[in-house]
Amino acid sequence: MNETQSPLLDVRNLEKVYHLNSGLLQRIARQPALNLRAVDKVSFSVNAGETLGLIGESGCGKSTLARTVLRLHEPTSGSITFDGRDITKLPHREMTALRRRMQIIFQDPYASLNPRKSVEEIVGLPLSLHRIAQRSEIRDRVVAMLESVGLKSSHLGRFPHQFSGGQRQRIGIARALILNPSFVVCDEPVSALDVSVQAQIIALLGSLKRELGLTYLFISHDIGVIGHVSDRIAVMYLGDIVEIGPARELLRAPQHPYTRALLSAVPQIDAGPKRERVKLSGDLPSPLAPPPGCKFHTRCPFAVERCRQETPALRKVAGQGMVACHLEQA
Amino acid sequence: MHSTRSSVTEMSTPLLSIRGLKTCFPTRAGLVTAVDGVDLDVYPGECLGIVGESGSGKSVTFASVIGLVRSPGYVADGSMQFDGIDLRGLNADGWRTLRGRDIAMTMQDALTALNPALTVAEQIEEVLLAHATDLPRRGRRDAARARAIEMLRLVGIPAPDKRIDDYPHQFSGGMRQRIMIAIALSCRPKLLIADEPTTALDVTIQAQVLDLISDLRRELGMSVVLITHDLGIVAEHTDRVAVMYAGQIVEAGVTRELIDRPRHPYTRGLIGLIPRLSDLDAPIKPIEGQVPELIGLGGTCRFYDRCDFRASRCRTDIPMEAAGLDHQVRCVRVEESLQ
Amino acid sequence: MSIAVRVPVMTAERIETPTWQSLRRFAADRFSMVAAIVVLAFVLMAVLAPWLAPHDPYETDLLRRLQAPAWMEGGEWSYLLGCDALGRDILSRIIYGSQVSITIGLAVVLIATVIGTVLGLAAGYMRGWVDIGISRLVDILLGFPYLIFAIALMAMMGPGLQNIILALVYKEWVVPARVVRGEVLAAREMEYVEAARAVGAPRLHIMFREILPNILSPVIVVSTIRMAHVIILEASLSFLGIGVQPPTASWGSMVADGRAFILDAWWVCTFPGIAILFLVLSINVASQGLRDAFDPKFSD
Repeated sequence: MNETQSPLLDVRNLEKVYHLNSGLLQRIARQPALNLRAVDKVSFSVNAGETLGLIGESGCGKSTLARTVLRLHEPTSGSITFDGRDITKLPHREMTALRRRMQIIFQDPYASLNPRKSVEEIVGLPLSLHRIAQRSEIRDRVVAMLESVGLKSSHLGRFPHQFSGGQRQRIGIARALILNPSFVVCDEPVSALDVSVQAQIIALLGSLKRELGLTYLFISHDIGVIGHVSDRIAVMYLGDIVEIGPARELLRAPQHPYTRALLSAVPQIDAGPKRERVKLSGDLPSPLAPPPGCKFHTRCPFAVERCRQETPALRKVAGQGMVACHLEQA
Repeated sequence: MHSTRSSVTEMSTPLLSIRGLKTCFPTRAGLVTAVDGVDLDVYPGECLGIVGESGSGKSVTFASVIGLVRSPGYVADGSMQFDGIDLRGLNADGWRTLRGRDIAMTMQDALTALNPALTVAEQIEEVLLAHATDLPRRGRRDAARARAIEMLRLVGIPAPDKRIDDYPHQFSGGMRQRIMIAIALSCRPKLLIADEPTTALDVTIQAQVLDLISDLRRELGMSVVLITHDLGIVAEHTDRVAVMYAGQIVEAGVTRELIDRPRHPYTRGLIGLIPRLSDLDAPIKPIEGQVPELIGLGGTCRFYDRCDFRASRCRTDIPMEAAGLDHQVRCVRVEESLQ
Repeated sequence: MSIAVRVPVMTAERIETPTWQSLRRFAADRFSMVAAIVVLAFVLMAVLAPWLAPHDPYETDLLRRLQAPAWMEGGEWSYLLGCDALGRDILSRIIYGSQVSITIGLAVVLIATVIGTVLGLAAGYMRGWVDIGISRLVDILLGFPYLIFAIALMAMMGPGLQNIILALVYKEWVVPARVVRGEVLAAREMEYVEAARAVGAPRLHIMFREILPNILSPVIVVSTIRMAHVIILEASLSFLGIGVQPPTASWGSMVADGRAFILDAWWVCTFPGIAILFLVLSINVASQGLRDAFDPKFSD
């Protein structure tokens, strides 16, 4: 990591709140407003050329964070800086132009492709929307793109339902990369796939990254996958980043009790000494009413009185990582 | 935790014994043979893992065992013996008494498997009243309710006496999976078939549910079949394992032995696919190609097209052969490929 | 329980759009196909009326007043279904009457579907005040009984083919609008919509190019079902005498005309009634078949 270079993406205090119960009728009925704080004042940055892995369990806000960063959802507060430019309040037209450089690969290869469109239409759409290529040229570019993700030109006229899950995910990757973006959010790109196909897609994403010099924000709930693709890893819990640091360091010596619980819960196929199991009790609290203080204290085996009252901030610890925990350990 | 099962398998008779099971589904494109010649034994008290990707036939195999193959699918051939009963000879009544009482199955998706219109109490009591033979004649309902609360406490639902009257949607995903396990276990079955019990769950909750199943197995002395695609789960929670590919078992053996010394190229491929936290530099090696379509297969090894060790000898139906103590593999080139 | 069986991916190089698959499923359904052919026959009858009708439907002949159908006493084979109170050939009037029913049915449903689809798309996709405005208007219109609403409008505008169409469209668009809005609410949450936004697609592109093709099937199905309703409504208006004006032949007014003689000359009102029954029934059966064929799941 190069500390002197400015990051490609810099996110400061980003917050995304969904107001539930805010419909006309609810307001008339004076129902209490419900605020779902999906992303709670999160800060991080992604350097050009690196992969930042974002890990967390369902409902922790990792997908919302990624979509807010791309402004597919509008942030409630905070700032997003992309390539030195504050894009938090960028007008619609300029944001549209910027989408050429920021793309996303979705989780569900069945839902993310329009069932009524052929592969040529799906992959060629970004080109025609941004008026990048002539009509005649589009087909050639689509074919070239398909070939680089491992599909054939004979697939052009087919429809999504004629492909397997892995092939569909390749189509999704082709659509995301045809505009030559520099930053790509991979939102659980392999979790809907079978293990052997998973490995194929991970390998493909890796080689495309090297060839095209991409920067990834890679979201997954699978620690094995995250560990293998990431340079740095951020761990989310209930809308907060609780730990962030270089991948190896974080996996070798996790600091936050949640990270430790997460890592020790992954079933390992290797025999030999097991990580000491950090067992969590109970379920994820409702994000509508997160616990006060440290949000993790309801499940944390090490929680003390201070954790119930004071919200810990991310602080530097030994090495290059940062952790949000009151406890002094390791 | 991993006792060597080989000593057990030699002595006791299997609880469930499957021979030559073949299950087919007619489709417009042709007859799909989803399960093709599966032999399996489940011994009393053991946990058997079934590993495979989608389309390997792992779920259909056990749907056949409990007589729940979805129409138009049907069991075409083979024999299935459970505790001295011929499962293929059972009629609808026979199935009803067997399912739930002696064999129980939990589904991957607890939300759709539970009835949303009934409370948890009603769903557990229904099973108990239908099957439990040891409830007292007088006050059966009260006894069933007490047993239901006890089951919920056993699977770790907090305040079970209050929550038993809640509906499934009022519970979280992990809790719903526990409720389904409670229903499955309420009549103390001899065999629990857990079909991907944790796939829909987060990893910390997954660990809790799997530990629970292991604890209950020891406590109740039942056998468990754990169907999963995750070799890590198999390694940590099963005694023996069978690896399925394209409708066949390609390798079977004692779990630790099979994972440490895999013989079949597909098993080795599967193990090579797993990103290991202990060794981040080990590359993930994909298995190229796709699972073959299950129509008109035969006359060749099913892994042929994707195998690095294929040879002309592989173009025939490959039998399962012993590859060590309690270890079988369906490959004619084991020796060459291991070098 | 769900035991997944991997259905082989079609390897044939033949290109199969989802719509084409649905149509093929429809064609395989015999019963619906027959109904569809009957509907088509009615449409052809309307178009070819001048050549098909044995007589001029307006030509009165008091000598043939209430003449019985051909197979009854006093019947004549050239006046197959008999004659009405003014001695006009009932068969010819039924053939010409199909023009009114089918024109109004098609026109009303077509116009209402276009209006309803656009408004439903806008309400479902844009949400906010657009949605509140359109949805409230829909609720208000749904509060009026359809027939009474149409009668009131006809009373204000006066009779005539155009006015009937207008009076029915005034409320009919509400049906497709509600269907489309509901479908859009579900479709806008699909990842492919988000994917289109992610590549920078403008709002109109997403509404009309991404979402619309995916919700067209339910819209088509609903429109066909509604066509049967509209035909009955037109017949009702004409029956009440505020629809198509005499001497234009309309099945509804023919039934009304025959009402007075129902005991002496049952055929005057029975045959147009049967025509209404047949057309409406066929449309309903065909639309059921369409609904089955266009089931959103593409698997079989």
